[in-house]
Amino acid sequence: MRGDRSLRATSSRPTRQRPAAPVTPVTGGLGESARRPDATLKVKGEFAYSSDLWAEGMLWGTTVRSPHPRAKIRSIDVSEALMVAGLATVLTADDVPGRKTFGMEVPDQPVLAWGDIRYQGEAVALVAADHPETARRAAALVRVDYEVLDPVVDAEAAMAPDAPALHPSGNVLKHVKVRHGDQQPTADVVVTGEYEVGMQDQAPLGPESGLAIPDGEGGIDLYVATQWLHVDHDQLVASLDLRPAQIRMTMAGIGGAFGAREDISIQIHACLLALRTGRPVKMSYSRQESFVGHVHRHPARLQYEHGATRDGRLVCVKTRIVFDGGAYASSSNAVCLNAATFACGPYEVPNATIDCYVTYTNNPPCGAMRGFGAVQACFGYESQMDKLAAALGMDPVELRLANAMREGTSLPTGQRVEGPAPVAEILRSLRAMPLPPNADGAGEAERDLRELPGGVSNTTHGEGVRRGVGYAVGYKNIAFSAGFDDYATARVRLSVVAGEPIAEVHSAAAEVGQGVVTLQLQIVRTELGVQRAVVLPADTQVGSAGSSSASRQTWMTGGAVKAACEAVRERVLALAASKLGATGRLVLADGAVLVADAGAAPTRVSTLADLLGAEVVEETVEYRHAPTEDLDPETGQGNAHVGFAFAGHRAVVDVDTELGLVKVVEMATAQDVGRALNPQAVEGQLQGGTAQGLGLALMEEIQISGGKVRNPSFTDYLIPTILDMPPVRMDILELGNPVSPYGVKGVGEPPTISSPAAVAAALRAATGRALRRIPVRPEHITGLLETRTDAVPDDPTKPARISAETQ
Amino acid sequence: MQLHCKVNGEPREADGVWEGESLLYVLRERLGLPGSKNACEQGECGSCSVYLDGTLVCACLVAAGQAEGARIETVEGLADGDILHPVQQAYVAAGAVQCGFCTPGLIMATHDLLRRISAPTDVAIREALAGNLCRCTGYEKILDAVRMAAANARVGE
Ligand code: FES
Ligand code: FES
Repeated sequence: MRGDRSLRATSSRPTRQRPAAPVTPVTGGLGESARRPDATLKVKGEFAYSSDLWAEGMLWGTTVRSPHPRAKIRSIDVSEALMVAGLATVLTADDVPGRKTFGMEVPDQPVLAWGDIRYQGEAVALVAADHPETARRAAALVRVDYEVLDPVVDAEAAMAPDAPALHPSGNVLKHVKVRHGDQQPTADVVVTGEYEVGMQDQAPLGPESGLAIPDGEGGIDLYVATQWLHVDHDQLVASLDLRPAQIRMTMAGIGGAFGAREDISIQIHACLLALRTGRPVKMSYSRQESFVGHVHRHPARLQYEHGATRDGRLVCVKTRIVFDGGAYASSSNAVCLNAATFACGPYEVPNATIDCYVTYTNNPPCGAMRGFGAVQACFGYESQMDKLAAALGMDPVELRLANAMREGTSLPTGQRVEGPAPVAEILRSLRAMPLPPNADGAGEAERDLRELPGGVSNTTHGEGVRRGVGYAVGYKNIAFSAGFDDYATARVRLSVVAGEPIAEVHSAAAEVGQGVVTLQLQIVRTELGVQRAVVLPADTQVGSAGSSSASRQTWMTGGAVKAACEAVRERVLALAASKLGATGRLVLADGAVLVADAGAAPTRVSTLADLLGAEVVEETVEYRHAPTEDLDPETGQGNAHVGFAFAGHRAVVDVDTELGLVKVVEMATAQDVGRALNPQAVEGQLQGGTAQGLGLALMEEIQISGGKVRNPSFTDYLIPTILDMPPVRMDILELGNPVSPYGVKGVGEPPTISSPAAVAAALRAATGRALRRIPVRPEHITGLLETRTDAVPDDPTKPARISAETQ
Repeated sequence: MQLHCKVNGEPREADGVWEGESLLYVLRERLGLPGSKNACEQGECGSCSVYLDGTLVCACLVAAGQAEGARIETVEGLADGDILHPVQQAYVAAGAVQCGFCTPGLIMATHDLLRRISAPTDVAIREALAGNLCRCTGYEKILDAVRMAAANARVGE
């Protein structure tokens, strides 16, 4: 292929003639719907997920968990378990060599419980055996003597002065106060409301799993599916009491995450078992264990009071939001801060009083899930906007337009919104989209009965079916906030292999399905003009990428890869200048160095292959976004966030008002993504995120009573199927972002923020019911069962004052 | 117990199988075929779908012993070496793969649908794939993939 090379070798006479290898334009760069590099393996069943791993001689680990939500451990007897043939070891808290607790922000959760049990499913002991069934049987024989205590199961009750303290620090984990403007404002019209959001599960399809392999020298290699290798690594170092270099982590294939893999699950446990037995140990949760083995979306109770002028200008928002954090802190503090900062929605609000709490209870721990505090708040403020519109006799979209936040708006936290804040554009776009054909309009005759509420169960021929349309708009921060040192690392290496330039990217970014592997390839192809590019496995041999959460990886790891490419490019171009004497404006494109002076056609200086020869150019870069600051503890003022993303939804539903069954006919969404670097992947995020929001609105809830999870299976915890999910009409806005690489915004979370509120609004429009709780259940639609919050008196002229703590 | 079956055309056997094991466990842990996935192991998600004597089943609900002497086709058997099956090609091209954990099961279910109905309507596709959960895609691109696979197969006829 590179015949010119041997030719030159035989001709030592200098020539002005540039080598004339054919130019093959690089494809799969930024802006294209480049193919996922892992797609072929995934469709063939050959992609190695964490639950697929296997090693010669490996054992199966399993966890003994508490059946009680609150108890004290009197004693643990492992003698019977130890008699099981095939059993390798049983471990309890005494066997944890280092720090006996873990936690991303607050290390308050025992690796293995030793005194207090704080939730049902808390890990108490570990077992390793030669077969998963042996391990399960041995686990059942670990005798734990519990003193069972009354659980604290209500977040509000947990704050009562006489509630038992579940942690030494007390039960209020965090209280975020925001005080903005006049604290005693008067308004022409005031509406109040009380809302509830149930506990949602991320329900990634891949179970928590991994394989730990001891290295024979006291160290360990762990292959695991996680959202953030390095934060796991820190916690492993602490609890295993090893030097950092003794623990090497490699990302195994991840079967979805959505927040569920931000906290430790099997990581420390598998390593403990492997180090003790000296054998590889695999752990893989069953679906039931998965439901108690990861944190959930915080259930919330939200009280709101909105005041407006008669012509529909917001005067004030007063709100009190209480999250149930469950037994341990996880990322509750950050969720609480988020909810507080977004509590008023994407609107201009001159006066605000916000109190947001998260408390410890004996319910399952809650933490990160797609939308992270913004989802619950959005259901609250958007329900209020509809209620206010009704009280004012205004169109709900017009009311939102009249108050829409824009570039330069000052948030209740005092932070100015920089860059595009296209709330009005999003609303107008949604309103302008054509509506699906009406159920009782023309064309009804051809409508398949399977498309009606009740679907394939054939419960109606259209009688009692009413249509409703609802709108919602929401927003959220991108990347980590409140003063966190947020960075991502990438290494890019350019070399020549078999006569062809090849770029390798190494980062620890977790590919959870969103496509960050594809994006890294697209960036190097575009930045270095190299077709052949590979992403090396994510591991701890390179610096932290931060978490695949907060919609941050496109911006952060994208930014790091871009910066590393720029550093590599600078060196390559310097080489071209020094080695070949190239001058002018040098660029890399299509596998070559070109001179691209203004006004002249680009000419080739050299192919990269010729220029580099055996030379390898490698650069590692840490990328940071602009610093943020924590909120003032008394006033809640501060520039807590580095950037925002906005999305809106319009939901169209058909409701069988007699049976309470719902068919979502269409979801429409408009979202500003800044710039769509991979349009197909962006669409996938919008569609998938919308589906999870629809799930929260209609069916997804972890049912808890007495602190116990009652539905830990896909039989009883329902996630939307292909029958539940309608087509998604999309308007992807690309308005840029002045402070991010390529002008991107995060894409993953916004679709989940406004979709639940839009579905709820559509259901209200169809049924005329208040529907103050999501998920909305059939009995709420038919009115057979009023929720506690539905029973709250609803008289806009006599607002029930929020019992907010004034400073 | 010992188990003999034909998997993707090849005679296979497994020794020391515990009677309580599922076909899914045998495939994944004993026969080195982890392509069929284990998202729920209780028949709710379809990620473990395989053909058992030509019928699409959830391998997690089939006791290992039931597979004695049976013919089993898994997702690993669809491609012809490096050449993807048209259904697999369509999933890649349509962007129907995100995390991909649902993908093997959906590809098997799509394969089964298209061999029964060559030009399914959207409602028929939805009904046929209703037993397969996907948490990432919202199903839109999965529908695209099935439509594309059906169209390509018709062109290929
Ligand atoms: S793993 Fe078999 S149906 Fe879910
Ligand atoms: S692609 Fe992740 S579950 Fe379907």
